[in-house]
Amino acid sequence: MKASAFSYHKPNSLINALELLENEEDAKVLAGGQSLMPMLNMRFVQPETVIDVNGLEELASISFTENLEIGALTRQKTLAADPIIKQHLPIMREALTWVGHFQTQSRGTIGGSLCHLDPASELPMVALLYDAELQVASVSGTRLIPMQEWALAYMMPSIGPDELLTKIIIKPWQGAHGYGFQEFARRHGDFAIAAVGCLLKLDNNIITDIALSIGGVEDVPRRFSECEDRLRGMRYNIEEIKTDVLEPLDQINYLDDSLVTGTYRRRLLKGLLIRAIEQAALRV
Amino acid sequence: MQEQDVHMHVNGKLVSGKVESRTHLGDFLRQTAGLTGTHLGCEHGVCGACTVIVDGDAVRSCLMLAVQAENCKVTTIEGIAEEDGSLHPLQEAFRSNHALQCGFCTAGMITSLYAFLSENPVRSETEIREAISGNICRCTGYQGIVSAAMEAAEKLSKR
Repeated sequence: MKASAFSYHKPNSLINALELLENEEDAKVLAGGQSLMPMLNMRFVQPETVIDVNGLEELASISFTENLEIGALTRQKTLAADPIIKQHLPIMREALTWVGHFQTQSRGTIGGSLCHLDPASELPMVALLYDAELQVASVSGTRLIPMQEWALAYMMPSIGPDELLTKIIIKPWQGAHGYGFQEFARRHGDFAIAAVGCLLKLDNNIITDIALSIGGVEDVPRRFSECEDRLRGMRYNIEEIKTDVLEPLDQINYLDDSLVTGTYRRRLLKGLLIRAIEQAALRV
Repeated sequence: MQEQDVHMHVNGKLVSGKVESRTHLGDFLRQTAGLTGTHLGCEHGVCGACTVIVDGDAVRSCLMLAVQAENCKVTTIEGIAEEDGSLHPLQEAFRSNHALQCGFCTAGMITSLYAFLSENPVRSETEIREAISGNICRCTGYQGIVSAAMEAAEKLSKR
Protein backbone atom coordinates (compact mmCIF):
# COMPACT_ATOMS: atom_id res chain seq x y z
CA MET A 1 0.00 0.00 0.00
CA LYS A 2 2.85 2.39 -0.67
CA ALA A 3 3.30 4.18 -3.97
CA SER A 4 6.23 3.19 -6.14
CA ALA A 5 8.93 5.82 -6.57
CA PHE A 6 8.33 8.69 -8.98
CA SER A 7 9.89 12.03 -9.68
CA TYR A 8 7.79 14.95 -8.53
CA HIS A 9 7.34 18.29 -10.24
CA LYS A 10 5.30 21.23 -9.07
CA PRO A 11 5.01 23.72 -11.92
CA ASN A 12 4.25 27.32 -10.99
CA SER A 13 2.65 28.34 -14.27
CA LEU A 14 0.34 26.73 -16.81
CA ILE A 15 2.93 26.86 -19.58
CA ASN A 16 5.46 25.26 -17.26
CA ALA A 17 2.97 22.46 -16.55
CA LEU A 18 2.24 21.96 -20.26
CA GLU A 19 5.96 21.81 -21.09
CA LEU A 20 6.42 19.15 -18.45
CA LEU A 21 3.50 17.16 -19.88
CA GLU A 22 5.04 17.49 -23.35
CA ASN A 23 8.54 16.47 -22.28
CA GLU A 24 8.10 13.95 -19.49
CA GLU A 25 7.47 10.35 -20.42
CA ASP A 26 4.80 8.47 -18.50
CA ALA A 27 3.58 11.40 -16.42
CA LYS A 28 0.42 11.63 -14.34
CA VAL A 29 -1.24 14.89 -13.32
CA LEU A 30 -1.91 15.21 -9.60
CA ALA A 31 -4.75 17.61 -8.72
CA GLY A 32 -6.86 16.89 -5.61
CA GLY A 33 -5.39 13.40 -5.38
CA GLN A 34 -8.57 11.76 -4.14
CA SER A 35 -8.49 9.22 -6.96
CA LEU A 36 -4.87 9.26 -8.14
CA MET A 37 -3.39 8.86 -4.65
CA PRO A 38 -5.33 5.63 -3.91
CA MET A 39 -4.30 4.32 -7.31
CA LEU A 40 -0.68 5.20 -6.60
CA ASN A 41 -0.81 3.67 -3.12
CA MET A 42 -2.29 0.45 -4.48
CA ARG A 43 0.17 0.55 -7.40
CA PHE A 44 -2.60 0.38 -9.96
CA VAL A 45 -0.58 3.14 -11.58
CA GLN A 46 3.20 3.46 -11.35
CA PRO A 47 4.10 6.59 -13.29
CA GLU A 48 7.68 7.76 -13.75
CA THR A 49 6.64 11.33 -13.07
CA VAL A 50 3.93 13.08 -11.10
CA ILE A 51 3.08 16.65 -12.07
CA ASP A 52 1.37 18.43 -9.19
CA VAL A 53 -0.87 21.18 -10.59
CA ASN A 54 -2.01 22.50 -7.20
CA GLY A 55 0.13 25.60 -7.63
CA LEU A 56 -1.81 26.76 -10.70
CA GLU A 57 -4.21 29.14 -9.01
CA GLU A 58 -5.41 30.47 -12.37
CA LEU A 59 -7.20 27.14 -12.82
CA ALA A 60 -9.21 27.51 -9.61
CA SER A 61 -11.74 30.19 -10.47
CA ILE A 62 -15.48 30.29 -11.08
CA SER A 63 -16.95 32.99 -13.29
CA PHE A 64 -20.20 33.72 -15.06
CA THR A 65 -20.61 36.05 -18.00
CA GLU A 66 -22.39 34.44 -20.93
CA ASN A 67 -21.57 30.96 -19.75
CA LEU A 68 -20.53 29.48 -16.49
CA GLU A 69 -16.80 28.83 -16.54
CA ILE A 70 -15.34 26.62 -13.85
CA GLY A 71 -11.58 26.21 -13.54
CA ALA A 72 -10.56 22.55 -13.50
CA LEU A 73 -8.73 22.91 -10.19
CA THR A 74 -11.82 24.21 -8.35
CA ARG A 75 -12.26 22.06 -5.28
CA GLN A 76 -15.53 20.25 -4.61
CA LYS A 77 -15.78 22.05 -1.29
CA THR A 78 -15.56 25.40 -3.09
CA LEU A 79 -18.18 24.38 -5.66
CA ALA A 80 -20.59 23.41 -2.90
CA ALA A 81 -20.30 26.82 -1.22
CA ASP A 82 -19.95 29.11 -4.22
CA PRO A 83 -22.74 31.71 -4.70
CA ILE A 84 -22.45 31.67 -8.53
CA ILE A 85 -22.96 27.90 -8.57
CA LYS A 86 -25.82 28.27 -6.10
CA GLN A 87 -27.55 30.74 -8.38
CA HIS A 88 -26.89 29.27 -11.82
CA LEU A 89 -26.25 25.56 -11.25
CA PRO A 90 -28.15 24.40 -8.15
CA ILE A 91 -28.12 20.79 -9.39
CA MET A 92 -24.34 20.80 -8.97
CA ARG A 93 -24.74 21.48 -5.25
CA GLU A 94 -27.26 18.71 -4.99
CA ALA A 95 -25.02 16.27 -6.86
CA LEU A 96 -22.11 17.21 -4.59
CA THR A 97 -23.99 16.02 -1.51
CA TRP A 98 -23.37 12.53 -2.93
CA VAL A 99 -19.68 13.02 -3.79
CA GLY A 100 -17.44 11.26 -1.25
CA HIS A 101 -17.13 12.78 2.20
CA PHE A 102 -16.34 16.28 3.44
CA GLN A 103 -12.78 15.12 4.12
CA THR A 104 -12.34 14.21 0.44
CA GLN A 105 -14.28 17.21 -0.89
CA SER A 106 -11.79 19.51 0.82
CA ARG A 107 -9.18 18.41 -1.74
CA GLY A 108 -11.05 16.76 -4.62
CA THR A 109 -11.42 18.89 -7.76
CA ILE A 110 -14.01 19.02 -10.55
CA GLY A 111 -11.28 18.48 -13.15
CA GLY A 112 -10.06 15.43 -11.27
CA SER A 113 -13.57 13.92 -11.19
CA LEU A 114 -13.94 14.48 -14.93
CA CYS A 115 -10.52 13.06 -15.83
CA HIS A 116 -10.73 10.06 -13.50
CA LEU A 117 -14.19 9.34 -14.99
CA ASP A 118 -15.39 6.75 -12.57
CA PRO A 119 -18.57 5.09 -13.92
CA ALA A 120 -20.43 6.22 -10.79
CA SER A 121 -19.08 9.75 -10.70
CA GLU A 122 -21.64 12.50 -10.17
CA LEU A 123 -19.89 15.58 -11.56
CA PRO A 124 -19.55 14.15 -15.10
CA MET A 125 -23.30 13.45 -14.90
CA VAL A 126 -23.95 17.13 -14.24
CA ALA A 127 -21.62 18.17 -17.08
CA LEU A 128 -23.45 15.76 -19.39
CA LEU A 129 -26.87 17.27 -18.61
CA TYR A 130 -25.71 20.65 -19.88
CA ASP A 131 -23.64 19.40 -22.84
CA ALA A 132 -20.69 21.12 -21.20
CA GLU A 133 -17.56 21.85 -23.17
CA LEU A 134 -14.21 20.94 -21.70
CA GLN A 135 -11.22 23.08 -22.52
CA VAL A 136 -7.94 21.20 -22.66
CA ALA A 137 -4.55 22.80 -23.20
CA SER A 138 -1.21 21.58 -24.48
CA VAL A 139 1.93 23.40 -25.65
CA SER A 140 0.40 23.60 -29.12
CA GLY A 141 -2.74 25.43 -27.94
CA THR A 142 -6.18 24.75 -26.56
CA ARG A 143 -9.17 22.83 -27.88
CA LEU A 144 -12.73 22.29 -26.72
CA ILE A 145 -14.11 18.79 -26.25
CA PRO A 146 -17.90 18.38 -26.10
CA MET A 147 -18.92 16.42 -23.02
CA GLN A 148 -20.77 13.92 -25.23
CA GLU A 149 -17.37 12.97 -26.72
CA TRP A 150 -15.44 13.05 -23.45
CA ALA A 151 -15.84 9.42 -22.37
CA LEU A 152 -14.12 6.98 -24.74
CA ALA A 153 -14.38 3.89 -22.58
CA TYR A 154 -14.27 2.77 -18.94
CA MET A 155 -12.33 5.46 -17.03
CA MET A 156 -10.82 6.74 -20.27
CA PRO A 157 -11.47 10.37 -21.19
CA SER A 158 -10.57 11.66 -24.66
CA ILE A 159 -7.68 13.76 -23.43
CA GLY A 160 -4.18 13.33 -24.84
CA PRO A 161 -1.18 12.41 -22.65
CA ASP A 162 0.31 15.86 -23.25
CA GLU A 163 -2.93 17.72 -22.49
CA LEU A 164 -4.30 19.24 -19.31
CA LEU A 165 -7.97 19.90 -18.58
CA THR A 166 -8.18 23.60 -17.76
CA LYS A 167 -11.80 24.69 -17.79
CA ILE A 168 -15.36 23.41 -17.82
CA ILE A 169 -17.79 25.61 -19.76
CA ILE A 170 -21.46 25.22 -18.97
CA LYS A 171 -24.41 27.01 -20.56
CA PRO A 172 -27.23 26.99 -17.98
CA TRP A 173 -30.73 26.40 -19.33
CA GLN A 174 -32.75 29.52 -19.98
CA GLY A 175 -36.32 30.01 -18.80
CA ALA A 176 -38.27 28.15 -16.15
CA HIS A 177 -37.10 24.60 -15.62
CA GLY A 178 -36.67 22.12 -12.82
CA TYR A 179 -33.85 19.84 -11.77
CA GLY A 180 -33.56 16.59 -9.90
CA PHE A 181 -30.71 14.42 -8.73
CA GLN A 182 -31.20 11.01 -7.17
CA GLU A 183 -28.73 8.38 -6.13
CA PHE A 184 -28.47 5.17 -4.17
CA ALA A 185 -25.32 4.00 -2.40
CA ARG A 186 -24.91 1.53 0.43
CA ARG A 187 -23.38 4.14 2.72
CA HIS A 188 -23.44 7.95 2.51
CA GLY A 189 -20.57 8.98 0.26
CA ASP A 190 -19.93 5.57 -1.29
CA PHE A 191 -19.85 5.07 -5.02
CA ALA A 192 -23.33 5.10 -6.54
CA ILE A 193 -24.91 1.79 -7.38
CA ALA A 194 -27.17 3.89 -9.58
CA ALA A 195 -27.66 7.64 -10.00
CA VAL A 196 -29.84 9.87 -12.18
CA GLY A 197 -29.68 13.57 -13.02
CA CYS A 198 -32.60 15.36 -14.64
CA LEU A 199 -33.36 18.77 -16.14
CA LEU A 200 -36.94 19.39 -17.18
CA LYS A 201 -38.97 22.07 -18.95
CA LEU A 202 -42.74 21.99 -18.86
CA ASP A 203 -45.13 24.16 -20.83
CA ASN A 204 -48.83 23.66 -20.09
CA ASN A 205 -47.93 20.27 -18.67
CA ILE A 206 -46.14 19.25 -21.89
CA ILE A 207 -42.52 18.14 -21.57
CA THR A 208 -40.93 20.65 -23.92
CA ASP A 209 -37.38 19.66 -23.03
CA ILE A 210 -35.74 17.05 -20.87
CA ALA A 211 -32.15 16.01 -20.17
CA LEU A 212 -31.35 12.83 -18.28
CA SER A 213 -27.97 11.47 -17.25
CA ILE A 214 -27.26 8.12 -15.65
CA GLY A 215 -24.29 6.93 -13.60
CA GLY A 216 -23.17 3.77 -11.88
CA VAL A 217 -25.04 1.46 -14.23
CA GLU A 218 -22.75 1.26 -17.28
CA ASP A 219 -18.99 1.51 -17.96
CA VAL A 220 -19.26 5.27 -18.25
CA PRO A 221 -21.74 7.88 -17.07
CA ARG A 222 -23.82 9.03 -20.04
CA ARG A 223 -26.92 10.82 -21.28
CA PHE A 224 -29.99 8.63 -21.31
CA SER A 225 -31.08 9.87 -24.74
CA GLU A 226 -33.28 6.85 -25.53
CA CYS A 227 -35.47 7.89 -22.63
CA GLU A 228 -35.29 11.63 -23.33
CA ASP A 229 -36.44 11.10 -26.94
CA ARG A 230 -39.39 9.09 -25.75
CA LEU A 231 -40.53 11.66 -23.18
CA ARG A 232 -39.89 14.88 -25.09
CA GLY A 233 -43.16 16.33 -26.40
CA MET A 234 -45.26 14.09 -24.17
CA ARG A 235 -47.79 15.21 -21.63
CA TYR A 236 -46.37 15.13 -18.10
CA ASN A 237 -48.10 12.31 -16.30
CA ILE A 238 -45.93 10.40 -13.89
CA GLU A 239 -48.02 7.22 -14.12
CA GLU A 240 -47.61 7.15 -17.90
CA ILE A 241 -43.92 7.94 -17.57
CA LYS A 242 -43.49 4.89 -15.36
CA THR A 243 -44.52 2.77 -18.37
CA ASP A 244 -42.71 4.87 -20.96
CA VAL A 245 -39.31 4.39 -19.31
CA LEU A 246 -39.49 0.59 -19.35
CA GLU A 247 -38.30 0.07 -22.90
CA PRO A 248 -35.35 2.51 -22.65
CA LEU A 249 -34.39 0.84 -19.35
CA ASP A 250 -34.06 -2.46 -21.21
CA GLN A 251 -31.58 -0.97 -23.65
CA ILE A 252 -28.95 -0.35 -20.96
CA ASN A 253 -25.94 -2.60 -20.77
CA TYR A 254 -25.97 -2.91 -16.98
CA LEU A 255 -22.80 -3.48 -14.96
CA ASP A 256 -23.20 -6.85 -13.32
CA ASP A 257 -20.90 -8.17 -10.64
CA SER A 258 -20.91 -10.47 -7.64
CA LEU A 259 -21.88 -7.65 -5.25
CA VAL A 260 -24.48 -5.86 -7.32
CA THR A 261 -26.34 -7.63 -10.09
CA GLY A 262 -27.53 -5.97 -13.27
CA THR A 263 -31.12 -6.82 -12.39
CA TYR A 264 -30.81 -4.97 -9.10
CA ARG A 265 -29.21 -1.97 -10.83
CA ARG A 266 -32.11 -1.88 -13.30
CA ARG A 267 -34.68 -1.91 -10.50
CA LEU A 268 -32.87 0.86 -8.68
CA LEU A 269 -32.39 2.93 -11.79
CA LYS A 270 -36.07 2.77 -12.60
CA GLY A 271 -37.05 4.04 -9.17
CA LEU A 272 -34.42 6.76 -9.16
CA LEU A 273 -35.36 7.86 -12.67
CA ILE A 274 -38.99 8.36 -11.70
CA ARG A 275 -38.02 10.17 -8.52
CA ALA A 276 -35.59 12.48 -10.36
CA ILE A 277 -38.21 13.37 -12.97
CA GLU A 278 -40.85 13.99 -10.27
CA GLN A 279 -38.39 16.07 -8.25
CA ALA A 280 -37.57 18.15 -11.34
CA ALA A 281 -41.26 18.61 -12.19
CA LEU A 282 -41.96 19.91 -8.69
CA ARG A 283 -39.25 22.52 -9.11
CA VAL A 284 -40.28 23.87 -12.52
CA MET B 1 15.71 7.84 -4.90
CA GLN B 2 14.72 11.43 -5.18
CA GLU B 3 14.54 13.05 -1.76
CA GLN B 4 13.21 16.45 -0.97
CA ASP B 5 13.29 18.78 2.00
CA VAL B 6 9.92 19.46 3.51
CA HIS B 7 8.87 21.83 6.28
CA MET B 8 5.49 22.17 7.93
CA HIS B 9 3.95 23.41 11.16
CA VAL B 10 2.56 20.44 13.01
CA ASN B 11 0.51 21.25 16.11
CA GLY B 12 2.23 24.63 16.25
CA LYS B 13 5.78 23.34 15.95
CA LEU B 14 7.97 23.53 12.87
CA VAL B 15 8.85 20.06 11.63
CA SER B 16 11.41 19.58 8.88
CA GLY B 17 12.59 16.44 7.22
CA LYS B 18 13.84 14.80 4.08
CA VAL B 19 11.35 12.57 2.33
CA GLU B 20 10.98 10.71 -0.90
CA SER B 21 8.43 12.43 -3.10
CA ARG B 22 6.18 9.34 -2.87
CA THR B 23 5.91 9.56 0.94
CA HIS B 24 2.39 10.50 1.93
CA LEU B 25 1.61 12.92 4.72
CA GLY B 26 0.47 10.17 7.10
CA ASP B 27 3.81 8.37 6.89
CA PHE B 28 5.66 11.66 7.31
CA LEU B 29 3.70 12.46 10.48
CA ARG B 30 4.28 9.02 11.95
CA GLN B 31 7.85 8.36 10.88
CA THR B 32 9.52 11.75 10.59
CA ALA B 33 7.50 13.84 13.04
CA GLY B 34 7.17 10.84 15.40
CA LEU B 35 3.47 11.48 15.92
CA THR B 36 2.00 8.00 15.88
CA GLY B 37 -1.46 9.09 17.00
CA THR B 38 -2.43 9.36 13.33
CA HIS B 39 -3.40 5.84 12.32
CA LEU B 40 -3.07 4.42 8.84
CA GLY B 41 -5.77 1.92 8.03
CA CYS B 42 -6.61 1.34 4.39
CA GLU B 43 -4.26 3.87 2.77
CA HIS B 44 -6.67 4.46 -0.06
CA GLY B 45 -9.01 7.01 1.43
CA VAL B 46 -11.84 4.76 2.56
CA CYS B 47 -11.45 4.20 6.30
CA GLY B 48 -10.84 7.75 7.51
CA ALA B 49 -8.49 6.70 10.33
CA CYS B 50 -5.64 8.89 9.04
CA THR B 51 -7.67 12.11 8.92
CA VAL B 52 -5.71 15.22 9.94
CA ILE B 53 -6.43 18.92 9.59
CA VAL B 54 -4.43 20.83 6.97
CA ASP B 55 -4.89 24.60 6.89
CA GLY B 56 -8.29 24.23 8.55
CA ASP B 57 -9.62 21.43 6.34
CA ALA B 58 -10.01 17.81 7.37
CA VAL B 59 -8.09 15.70 4.84
CA ARG B 60 -7.03 12.11 4.42
CA SER B 61 -3.32 12.13 5.21
CA CYS B 62 -2.85 9.03 3.05
CA LEU B 63 -4.16 10.92 0.02
CA MET B 64 -1.79 13.85 0.21
CA LEU B 65 1.94 13.76 -0.38
CA ALA B 66 4.14 15.06 2.40
CA VAL B 67 5.77 17.44 -0.09
CA GLN B 68 2.33 18.89 -0.82
CA ALA B 69 2.03 20.01 2.79
CA GLU B 70 5.10 22.25 2.47
CA ASN B 71 4.54 25.33 4.67
CA CYS B 72 1.09 24.12 5.71
CA LYS B 73 -0.38 24.16 9.21
CA VAL B 74 -1.18 20.60 10.21
CA THR B 75 -3.16 19.55 13.27
CA THR B 76 -3.09 15.91 14.35
CA ILE B 77 -4.82 14.17 17.24
CA GLU B 78 -1.85 15.15 19.42
CA GLY B 79 -2.75 18.81 18.85
CA ILE B 80 -6.43 18.63 19.81
CA ALA B 81 -6.16 18.92 23.61
CA GLU B 82 -5.98 22.38 25.18
CA GLU B 83 -2.59 23.97 25.67
CA ASP B 84 -2.59 23.22 29.42
CA GLY B 85 -3.06 19.54 28.63
CA SER B 86 -6.73 19.38 29.59
CA LEU B 87 -8.93 17.46 27.20
CA HIS B 88 -10.87 19.12 24.41
CA PRO B 89 -14.68 18.81 24.81
CA LEU B 90 -14.70 16.20 22.03
CA GLN B 91 -12.13 14.09 23.86
CA GLU B 92 -14.01 14.50 27.14
CA ALA B 93 -17.25 13.46 25.49
CA PHE B 94 -15.63 10.45 23.81
CA ARG B 95 -14.45 9.32 27.24
CA SER B 96 -17.70 9.86 29.05
CA ASN B 97 -19.84 8.28 26.30
CA HIS B 98 -17.63 5.21 25.87
CA ALA B 99 -17.12 6.24 22.27
CA LEU B 100 -13.95 4.24 21.85
CA GLN B 101 -12.93 0.70 22.42
CA CYS B 102 -9.80 -0.33 20.51
CA GLY B 103 -9.12 3.29 19.60
CA PHE B 104 -7.91 2.69 16.07
CA CYS B 105 -10.52 4.88 14.40
CA THR B 106 -10.66 7.43 17.23
CA ALA B 107 -7.97 9.81 16.00
CA GLY B 108 -9.70 10.12 12.64
CA MET B 109 -13.13 10.44 14.22
CA ILE B 110 -11.98 13.25 16.49
CA THR B 111 -9.99 15.18 13.89
CA SER B 112 -12.92 14.89 11.45
CA LEU B 113 -15.43 16.08 14.03
CA TYR B 114 -13.08 18.80 15.26
CA ALA B 115 -12.88 20.28 11.74
CA PHE B 116 -16.58 19.74 11.12
CA LEU B 117 -17.69 21.40 14.35
CA SER B 118 -15.15 24.23 13.97
CA GLU B 119 -17.00 25.34 10.84
CA ASN B 120 -20.31 25.30 12.67
CA PRO B 121 -20.93 23.67 16.06
CA VAL B 122 -24.71 23.73 15.68
CA ARG B 123 -25.36 20.39 14.02
CA SER B 124 -28.17 17.88 13.88
CA GLU B 125 -27.64 14.20 14.54
CA THR B 126 -28.16 13.50 10.83
CA GLU B 127 -25.43 15.98 9.92
CA ILE B 128 -23.08 14.41 12.44
CA ARG B 129 -23.79 10.93 11.11
CA GLU B 130 -23.08 12.18 7.59
CA ALA B 131 -19.88 13.88 8.74
CA ILE B 132 -18.47 10.64 10.09
CA SER B 133 -19.83 8.50 7.26
CA GLY B 134 -16.29 8.50 5.89
CA ASN B 135 -14.84 7.12 9.12
CA ILE B 136 -15.14 3.41 9.71
CA CYS B 137 -15.31 1.95 13.23
CA ARG B 138 -15.17 -1.83 13.45
CA CYS B 139 -15.63 -2.43 17.16
CA THR B 140 -17.33 0.19 19.34
CA GLY B 141 -20.25 0.86 17.05
CA TYR B 142 -21.36 4.31 16.11
CA GLN B 143 -23.99 5.02 18.76
CA GLY B 144 -21.53 6.11 21.44
CA ILE B 145 -19.53 8.11 18.93
CA VAL B 146 -22.63 9.98 17.74
CA SER B 147 -23.71 10.66 21.35
CA ALA B 148 -20.24 11.97 22.16
CA ALA B 149 -20.24 14.20 19.10
CA MET B 150 -23.67 15.59 19.99
CA GLU B 151 -22.58 16.31 23.56
CA ALA B 152 -19.38 18.01 22.41
CA ALA B 153 -21.26 20.02 19.77
CA GLU B 154 -23.61 21.28 22.46
CA LYS B 155 -20.67 22.37 24.64
CA LEU B 156 -18.79 23.94 21.76
CA SER B 157 -21.80 25.94 20.60
CA LYS B 158 -21.89 27.63 24.03
CA ARG B 159 -18.26 28.68 23.92
